[in-house]
Amino acid sequence: MFRIRCPYCRELRSEEEFSYAGEAHIPRPEDPSSLSDAEWGEYLHTRTNPRGPHREMWVHTAGCRRYFNVLRDTLSYEILAVYLVGEMPPEREEAR
Amino acid sequence: MSEDVRRLAAGGRIDRDQALDFVFDGRALRGFAGDTLASALLANGVDVVGRSFKYGRPRGIVGHGAEEPNAIVEVGTGASCVPNLRATQVELYDGLEARSTGSSVFQRAVGAFGRLLPAGFYYKTFMSSPRAWMAWERLLRHAAGFGRAPDAADPDTYDRMNHHCDVLVVGAGPAGLSAALEAAGWGARVLLADEQSEFGGSLLAETRTLGGDGAAAWLDATLAELDASANVELLPRSTVSGYYDHNFLTIVERRSDHLGPVAVAGTRERLHRVRAEQVVLATGAIERPLVFANNDLPGVMLASSVSTYVNRYAVAPGKSLLLFTTNDHGYRTALDWHRIGREVVAIVDARENPAGGWVAAAKDSGIEVIARHAITEAVGRSRVSGAAIAPLQRNALVGASRRLACDLVACSGGWNPTLHLGSQTGVKPRWSKSAAAFLPGDLGEGTLCAGAVAGTPTLRGCLEQGALAGATAASRAGFGSGRTTRAAPEVDEPSEAPTGSLFLVPHPKRVSRAPRQFVDFQLDVTAADIELAAREGYESVEHVKRYTALGFGTDQGKLGNVNGVAILADVLGKDIAEVGTTMYRPSYTPATFGAIAARDVGGFFDAERHTPMHDWHTDHGAEWEDVGRWKRPWYYPQSGETMQQAVNRECLAARDGVAIVDASTLGKIDIQGADAAEFLDRVYTTGFRKLGIGRCRYGLMLHEDGTIFDDGVTARLAESRYLMHTTTGNAEVVFAWLERWHQTEWPDLKVYFTSVTDHWATAALVGPKSRTVLAKVCTDIDLSGEAFPFMVVREGRVAGVPARVFRISFSGELSFEVNVPAQHGRSVWDALIDAGAEFDIMPYGTETMHVLRAEKGFIIVGQDTDGSMTPADMGMDWAVRRNKPFGFLGDRSLDLADHVREDRPQLVGLASGDGKTVLPEGGQLVDDPERPPPVPFAGHVTSSYYSARLSRPIALGMVKGGAKRMGETVYCPLADGRVLKASIVDSVFYDPKEERQRV
Repeated sequence: MFRIRCPYCRELRSEEEFSYAGEAHIPRPEDPSSLSDAEWGEYLHTRTNPRGPHREMWVHTAGCRRYFNVLRDTLSYEILAVYLVGEMPPEREEAR
Repeated sequence: MSEDVRRLAAGGRIDRDQALDFVFDGRALRGFAGDTLASALLANGVDVVGRSFKYGRPRGIVGHGAEEPNAIVEVGTGASCVPNLRATQVELYDGLEARSTGSSVFQRAVGAFGRLLPAGFYYKTFMSSPRAWMAWERLLRHAAGFGRAPDAADPDTYDRMNHHCDVLVVGAGPAGLSAALEAAGWGARVLLADEQSEFGGSLLAETRTLGGDGAAAWLDATLAELDASANVELLPRSTVSGYYDHNFLTIVERRSDHLGPVAVAGTRERLHRVRAEQVVLATGAIERPLVFANNDLPGVMLASSVSTYVNRYAVAPGKSLLLFTTNDHGYRTALDWHRIGREVVAIVDARENPAGGWVAAAKDSGIEVIARHAITEAVGRSRVSGAAIAPLQRNALVGASRRLACDLVACSGGWNPTLHLGSQTGVKPRWSKSAAAFLPGDLGEGTLCAGAVAGTPTLRGCLEQGALAGATAASRAGFGSGRTTRAAPEVDEPSEAPTGSLFLVPHPKRVSRAPRQFVDFQLDVTAADIELAAREGYESVEHVKRYTALGFGTDQGKLGNVNGVAILADVLGKDIAEVGTTMYRPSYTPATFGAIAARDVGGFFDAERHTPMHDWHTDHGAEWEDVGRWKRPWYYPQSGETMQQAVNRECLAARDGVAIVDASTLGKIDIQGADAAEFLDRVYTTGFRKLGIGRCRYGLMLHEDGTIFDDGVTARLAESRYLMHTTTGNAEVVFAWLERWHQTEWPDLKVYFTSVTDHWATAALVGPKSRTVLAKVCTDIDLSGEAFPFMVVREGRVAGVPARVFRISFSGELSFEVNVPAQHGRSVWDALIDAGAEFDIMPYGTETMHVLRAEKGFIIVGQDTDGSMTPADMGMDWAVRRNKPFGFLGDRSLDLADHVREDRPQLVGLASGDGKTVLPEGGQLVDDPERPPPVPFAGHVTSSYYSARLSRPIALGMVKGGAKRMGETVYCPLADGRVLKASIVDSVFYDPKEERQRV
């Protein structure tokens, strides 16, 4: 069971308080109607599913209810960084 | 053999003044306080404690702790009975009742034709065809497993406790105690857990001196110091069962199991949930058995277990001992046996030239040491009576065998570190050639290993390594410098020569022909099984595990796994390191469901939500339906009524007179902000910008893939304030959905969401007379159709309470949904019931609500839809506005090629062919019931009821291309062979012009 530092509450809290909300950095296309079925399908369904660092969204469900981004190693389950929606993950060295 | 012979007259940690009577398999026996069930059984001369799982062979006690594979017992009776306990870990109490498990008639019978059961037998025989498995399954389900589940609810209470500590020390042997002392000395909050009744681990059976004194004296002083430390918490009888991510561990504490079958007061077991900054694993090691022919005979035991029974429990489990070892450490058992004055037949050492300090001590005591030999086969029927030994060179037999008589064989093949917890975190153990053992892998910054688990062979080494680990852990957690502050006590121990590696003792016959050489006792896996698996092409250790069942027992192969891996490596011609070991999973030893569930049982597990009117429903005999966590009235039967009669009565009242339903459970979200309308436009299929203040609009909420996931009516309460209704079960999901899109994609929109579901109580007055009834208790709203039309909300007072009244309808009738602050819900409900009394107002529940809406063809999301339906599929294009400036979530997907296919399942009405039979919900529909299978699927029934108003059954269903099949016939074949006929009709059965709800 992870411990995640909520960037809004600024506390290390237990995973039970949070919910996973899918891969991060998948922006909704600006103009969906201009996309082909295949392009729209890419947005709907294609995810990276990496072995290693993964950028994902979490929400502090039983806390402040805010969504934020997490860089998590899917192999070691180490939380490498926590950062706000709209930001990019810090360089790996900084994260440690 | 009588009791006095087995029980030693002096020594041990038992209390001879406190005799305890107990019953094992119906036999009345006696032990002492301080005994385990296993030591008491051995003291009573009980050699056979069960039958083996596959072959039904007699089995005796092998070990003295968590590793015990054979003595699996069921303790207690009835509701408080616990199956699947190891007798070696059951503390004796007066009146204890235990039974052996795994000795069913089936298993005894199987033993008779055991030759026919090679590796993969279960797959090969039972899965030879699906039909064969169906036949075998019933018999096997009955015979499989260890013990029986209790047949009544557990009378005991279990609970749970959370901890945050700086250093968790797992295991209170020499290394763990030293670690706890150092960490506590630096001021860290220390939690020390050990699975045994007493702290001390191997020290409890130690005969050497520590710091010039007996081990017991050092142990007492250490425990006294730890006990007096305010920053140390001691947890005896506590098994650290699971090691999870980010240093989260679970500990199962047995609080009353040693006192009796039922907790007299307090909780029986407690689950500790620990978040530790640092973890010190000082879990010790388990001796490795040696694999030779018939090594499962009762009387063949681990050497360390023999020593433990002698030194700790004052039990000598035999008369004449033959020791078989590959290392110096094992010699200590012969010395212990010699010390109590019993015969040591010989020490058989597989090594070329044993020469360590213990070897010399044994020779000095006059014990015969037979080097370069191995026991190739144990001899005896239900107890060992002798053993065949043969000369050995480089692990191969080099001469004729001879036989030695003995009634006890102690084995030591080296030590397997107890690395299960580290492995549970996903870190693979690594093979160390020098230690001849798997050692924990690199467990990272939060974990330290100390003592035998780290492969440290000497007691002095364990004490020193433990102290250093304690100081290091404290320092990493922010306490102290990481230096140790006290010297480890001096230990009188001679140097030891390296351990030999012998994983399978050769036999004059080849492995497949030799008498069985057991690797895994609990599941009867032999060396021949592993060899066969390799010959049949299995190479991965994980596959061999599943094929042979090696390590699959409740002991997770604590004894057998390493030997099994080594044998596999040898057959495959690979290194042990290359083959690797299987992963261990929580729990380290089996945990009870009680401990895992703790207080999360009954209403604590599945909390109920009640509306403010709940007690009224109870008082009026409501039957209940669970909707999410809510308890909702299902129907209100009057005396002698069936459910159908009650629902018919309720339906007719709503259609012809007046009825009332508690709709408080509907999700309600208050949405405010300058951009609230824009936001709603983006999440709903319908438009909200131009909705007038005080007006309501229905909308569908879609996922981005265009499928419906919620629907409801949203009202505009003010210029920039809306109230959204969600379905009862989806309130939280929709709320999170809104937050997600606002926070992640559209943070620029000024809009705020507040869940107000519980703030309001809702009573819906339904029926032609509802206006008259409401008028009696609401005088400040003009209720006339002109002033207060359909799909409008008005504020006023109802029964003296401020209220919002919505003219919305889920029944198709004239309807007023009265919302009042929750604390007034009951009094307003009572007032409405009183006002309606003269019109025979009828309360109704969810069943009538469903019938009424089905008569109108209104869908229920989640019943008529299943997460794959678009608005067009449901015939609801009327609720979709495609020309909004921004579009809406899921908009683009409605044009996907697959979503515009004409043969998609579409919502239709279904009229029962005979006009009498109600189609079953979920019933499959086909076009031609005569066609031989496979029969193409035409659709299925989603909602189906008897309509009292229409005096016939009605149903809704999804039929492929159904919208263009009006009037056609489909068939619904039932499991009992009947085939029901139905015709496809419009989904609106009643009042298609929608006049009644608009009056």
